[in-house]
Amino acid sequence: MSKISVSNLDFYYGKAQALHAISLEIPQNEVVAFIGPSGCGKSTFLRTLNRMNDTIPGTRVEGEVLIDGNDINEQKTDVVALRRKVGMVFQKSNPFPKSIFDNVSYGIQINQIHKGKADLQGRVEKALRNAALWDEVKDRLNTSAFGLSGGQQQRLCIARALAVEPEIVLMDEPASALDPAATQKIEELVVELKRDYTIIIVTHNMQQAARVSDRTAFFMLGKLVEYNRTDKMFTNPDEKLTEDYITGRFG
Amino acid sequence: MTSLTALCTLGVISILILILGYISYQGITSLSWQFLVETPKPVGEGGGIGNAIVGSLILLGLASLVGIPLGIAIGTYLAELGSGWFGTIVRFVADSLIGVPSIVFGVFVYALIVLQQGYFSTLAGSVALALIMIPIVTRTTEEIVKLVPKSMREGALALGAPEWRVTWDIVLPAAKTGIATGAMLAIARVLGETAPLLFTAFGSRFYNIYLDEPMASMPVQIYNYAISPFEEWHAKAWAATLVLITLILLINISVRYSTRKGY
Repeated sequence: MSKISVSNLDFYYGKAQALHAISLEIPQNEVVAFIGPSGCGKSTFLRTLNRMNDTIPGTRVEGEVLIDGNDINEQKTDVVALRRKVGMVFQKSNPFPKSIFDNVSYGIQINQIHKGKADLQGRVEKALRNAALWDEVKDRLNTSAFGLSGGQQQRLCIARALAVEPEIVLMDEPASALDPAATQKIEELVVELKRDYTIIIVTHNMQQAARVSDRTAFFMLGKLVEYNRTDKMFTNPDEKLTEDYITGRFG
Repeated sequence: MTSLTALCTLGVISILILILGYISYQGITSLSWQFLVETPKPVGEGGGIGNAIVGSLILLGLASLVGIPLGIAIGTYLAELGSGWFGTIVRFVADSLIGVPSIVFGVFVYALIVLQQGYFSTLAGSVALALIMIPIVTRTTEEIVKLVPKSMREGALALGAPEWRVTWDIVLPAAKTGIATGAMLAIARVLGETAPLLFTAFGSRFYNIYLDEPMASMPVQIYNYAISPFEEWHAKAWAATLVLITLILLINISVRYSTRKGY
């Protein structure tokens, strides 16, 4: 069974329809890339998967999003539990005005995942190791997160998301504000994390999609144009529109 | 353009320095330890503002205890949830209250508390000052809390934090320096208020710690010294003014210091 199963999803900002009848299946432990021109709805779609759009007044969802077979838009869904299960990394790194340690431990503490102080420290270390940041920050865990470089801040945000032990990690253009070296680190990390997590990554960078993902979804004007295995998508796409976009004829 | 703005800045700062310098010059001669601890005495017998300093601090402390938390709470509410009609009304009321002359608060509390109880009291004075503080703290808090980036809230929400915890754990700490500035503004404002205290705390010539008795305060004491016909008392008014300004400065510095950006 698919980890995430979306069928006939419509999404509205007020009266404006941003997503039209999206249906796709995302298998467990794969990396899926969402590509498409700006404003095509890929970020909006990403945010429907952890109901982050709830924070925007006047939005409305129709259709079905099943995660592990449960409809996340049902009345009885616990949004807090959903967001713990579906972690998110944002386009711009957004560390809290706290120390490095407290940034990572925050999610663990509010969800009361840990048993005792030693366990908390262990979990923070594990999350920072998983985000390939531990060696760079282990000697200054109690200093401000704002003292880190942009790339380190983004990996800190990844560590923060991983610390609450999600099953799915949503990444909204996580490397768009980073230099090539920092981007490469994030990409290596994504491939690494695939073993334990299901990852969805929105990107503007076609090469990045090709490098890290198993499957790619191409969005345009709020519609899903094509969803295929990445190797097929980038060599022999089914749709003419996909080919035009990937080869850079527009967008 | 740069030189023009620099010139304006220089102009304003020099006026400020002129005022402070003149107050220091006039006030410093009458300053003494006795002046700081003694109660007012008849002309020619010395006396000071000890009870007024204590009175002002008690009035301010009580007013802050109520006014600042309430102001922060209302301001946070307006910033986080106040987009509806109720928020608009609250915001309008707060804005209007900021513009109300402080003597109106004094008269209001006089009618509400002093007339009901039949005597001037510390309590009434503190209530009047708190009422002045609340809208100031409310509006500055709202503006500052609104400045906390949305991305920071979303980061916390995405970890499964409920809304109230996001506000409490992330937004308010991120805004604390600005909120402290708002509180400072309110403190500085009420510490120098005379009018609302004339009808409420009234003033006293003795040390007092009781809530149900009239209470001395520095602005009222300065007023009494300044309107007198005696040269000696005029000097005391200057000295008291110097003490008041120094006190505001000290409070300002300590608040700044304790809420400086930790992270």
